[in-house]
Order: sequence, then C-alpha cells, then structure tokens
Amino acid sequence: MSIAKEFSKGLIRENPVLVLLLGLCPTLAVTTGVSNAVGMGFAATFVLICSNLLISICKKGIPKEIRIPIFIVIIATFVTVVKLIMAAYFPALKASLGIFLALIVVNCIILGRAEAFAFKRGIVESMFDGVGMGLGFTLALCLISFFREILGGGTFYGIPLADGLSDYTQKIFILSPGGFLTVGLILATAAYFKNRSDRRLQIHKNLNHGRVEREKKLLSGVDVVK
Amino acid sequence: MEFTFEQYFALMFGLIFTQNFVLSQFLGLCPFFGVSKNRDAALGMGCAVIFVMTMASVVTMLIYKGLFLHPSLQKYHMEQYLDIVSFILVIASLVQFVEIVLKKVAPALYQTLGIYLPLITTNCAVLGVTQMKLTEFSNPAYSLAQAVWYQGLLGVFGGIGFTLAIYLMAGVRERLQSAPIPESMKGMPIAFMAGCCMALAFFGFQGFI
Repeated sequence: MSIAKEFSKGLIRENPVLVLLLGLCPTLAVTTGVSNAVGMGFAATFVLICSNLLISICKKGIPKEIRIPIFIVIIATFVTVVKLIMAAYFPALKASLGIFLALIVVNCIILGRAEAFAFKRGIVESMFDGVGMGLGFTLALCLISFFREILGGGTFYGIPLADGLSDYTQKIFILSPGGFLTVGLILATAAYFKNRSDRRLQIHKNLNHGRVEREKKLLSGVDVVK
Repeated sequence: MEFTFEQYFALMFGLIFTQNFVLSQFLGLCPFFGVSKNRDAALGMGCAVIFVMTMASVVTMLIYKGLFLHPSLQKYHMEQYLDIVSFILVIASLVQFVEIVLKKVAPALYQTLGIYLPLITTNCAVLGVTQMKLTEFSNPAYSLAQAVWYQGLLGVFGGIGFTLAIYLMAGVRERLQSAPIPESMKGMPIAFMAGCCMALAFFGFQGFI
C-alpha cells in the first residue's frame, strides 16, 4: 500500500514539474518536440532511480555534513553513464538534447529527492519514489511538448498531422517565448480546476455543517422552523 | 585563433541580448523565478552568479584543456568520462571557497550575497556555460591561453546577461504584487506570462548580429 502511494504521488498529486515547480530549465528547453521530451524524461528517470537507490543503500555511510557534494558526485556519475550510453546508441537524440543532457546533474528534482527522500527512507520505497517522480517528470514534459509541437510545428513525434498544416502553425510556440507561455497557461489551468474543486468542497462542507446543526437542534427538541 | 573586434562585440552583445542565458536558452530558470521577488535580492544573486560563473569558466577550461587534453594524458580519454564529474566538483568547491573567503575578507558583502551562494551550485547556468563551447575550444586551433580567455569572457558576459534578466524580472514582479490578477493566474502562472513577454522583447534583438 505504502509503496503504491510512493509511486503514484509523483505522477499527479506531487508532480515535480507542474506542482512542485522543480527542474524548470530542461522542462522549457527540451519540450520543442515530443521525441526530445520522451528522451529527456527517460534519461532523467534512469538517473533518478539509480541515484535514489545508491543513496538509500549508502545512507548510513554518508556523513551528514558533506552529504550534498557526495550526492552531486553520485548523480554526476550516473549522468556520465547515460551520456556514454546515449552517445553509443542514440547519437541523434544526444545531439538534439545538447548540453541539457549534462545538465541533468543540476536538475533540482534529482538532488531534491536525494535530500528529501532517499537519504531518510528505505531502499524499496526510495526506488519506487524515483520511478514515480521520474515518470511524473516525463509525463509533464510530454504534456507541454504535445501542445508546443502541434501548435508550433504541426507535427506529433516528428510526423506531420495534415498536409499544408505548416502554413497555419505559430512558430512562436517552439521558440523561447512560447515555452514560457505554454507552461504558464498549463499552470493557470491547473490552478483554475484546483480553485474550483476547493470552492465546491468548501460549499459542500458548509451545507453539511448546516444540516448537522439542524439535526442537533431537532434532537434536542428545539423548534427550528421558527 | 584570434578574435577580431567584431567577434568580441558579437560575443558580448550575443550573450547579453540575443542569446540571453535565461530568456532564450532556458539556463538558470530556478533562481530566475525563485529569487526575483525584489530587486535588491535579484541584484545580489546576479553579482554572485557573475563572479562564480567567471571563476568556474576559467578553472574548468584550465582543467579540460590543460589536463584532460594534454598530449601526454590524452591516451586516457579523460575528457569523455570525467568532464561532468570534475566540472560539478570544481563549481561546488568554488562556491564553498568563495563563501569562506567572503566571510573572512568582506563580511558586509557576505551578509548580502551569503544566502544566495549555496543556491549557485545547482544553478544550471553555471554548469551550462562551462559545457557550452567545449567542443569548439577543444580544437587545437585555440591555444590554452586563448581558450581560457574566451571561456572567461563567456562567463562574464553570460553572467551579466543573467543579471540583467533577473533584475528586470524583479522589477516587473514588484509591480505585479499590487496589480489586480485573476485568481487562477496568481503566483507562478503570471510570473511565467511576464517571462514570456520579456522573452518576446529580447527576441526583438534577434536580427542584430
């Protein structure tokens, strides 16, 4: 039960990008296309799972005072592993991610999970936390790049959606201002729905509260009609 | 390889305006949104970033070009697997070093910059600037001194561009605090919208070079 909770919280409720607002640089930089977003998401997920695992295994041996440099070296090692694997098997993806592949090291999500979760919790929990957070990151990247790629380039995963669509696309969405615009609008939409459900919950509570009060009065024999 | 005056100017103007680290390359967004609530804090953060970026650029290029690519050490191919680890270590220890020195030498400056310094280690702009031109400067056409000098310039002007962006953003956000904003837009969404408008404005410099 608790493992399922650790896994699922990263997907929506504590989504690292859209709720916790961590790791914004790669989020805005690589979401010009869905294929880039998927590549970046899985690379970061791999690093996150490995670093969470290793840190939770070694947490007894890491002195508290110098834990941050140790975390960074562990993360940097796994990023190097990803970089070398990508250079060997996916050179095109590596070229399009550019320096942002190396910048996974300073992605606040990974260091944040190491500090806030893996350093304190057990091995299995930490691994599932890494999987959930990594998939949440990938999901958010895919959502943002979905809008940006279709609106900006008229393609999905590099495949044109319709003939002549490219005449009507707005190039601004794959350029830098469009990144800010898309993420801002997605955050605002999420805030709108959250506000609405909060308001409904509040109204519901008030109604219930009123009914409970009325019933209490009825039971105590006080005439509420008057 | 020697830069001409035009190339120096293009480097400077490009890093500050057309390829601004924050607004067109998406480097260093965490402090851009996190430390831009008031102008003094933004300026303090900017100055600390300029300093660390310049130092980190010079030191990492010295290590990369002078040690990893040194003819007698090239057979170990250290530049392929040690660059990320060594660069991040250099940045982390530099930040720590700057913090200790500032505390001792200029306590007043430390008071203003101190709280931002630990944040700089995980600022992607610093690691980004050291990685950006690695392949270009590893070309033997650049001597060690030239590569270090140009990389240092990248750090200085990149830092100035970062400071400009974060300072302007802080000015905008100070005004936003007293503006009537729709409920759903409050907080981060409106900050992103402001970022979008600023990126659009900086986009206007695009054809200059």
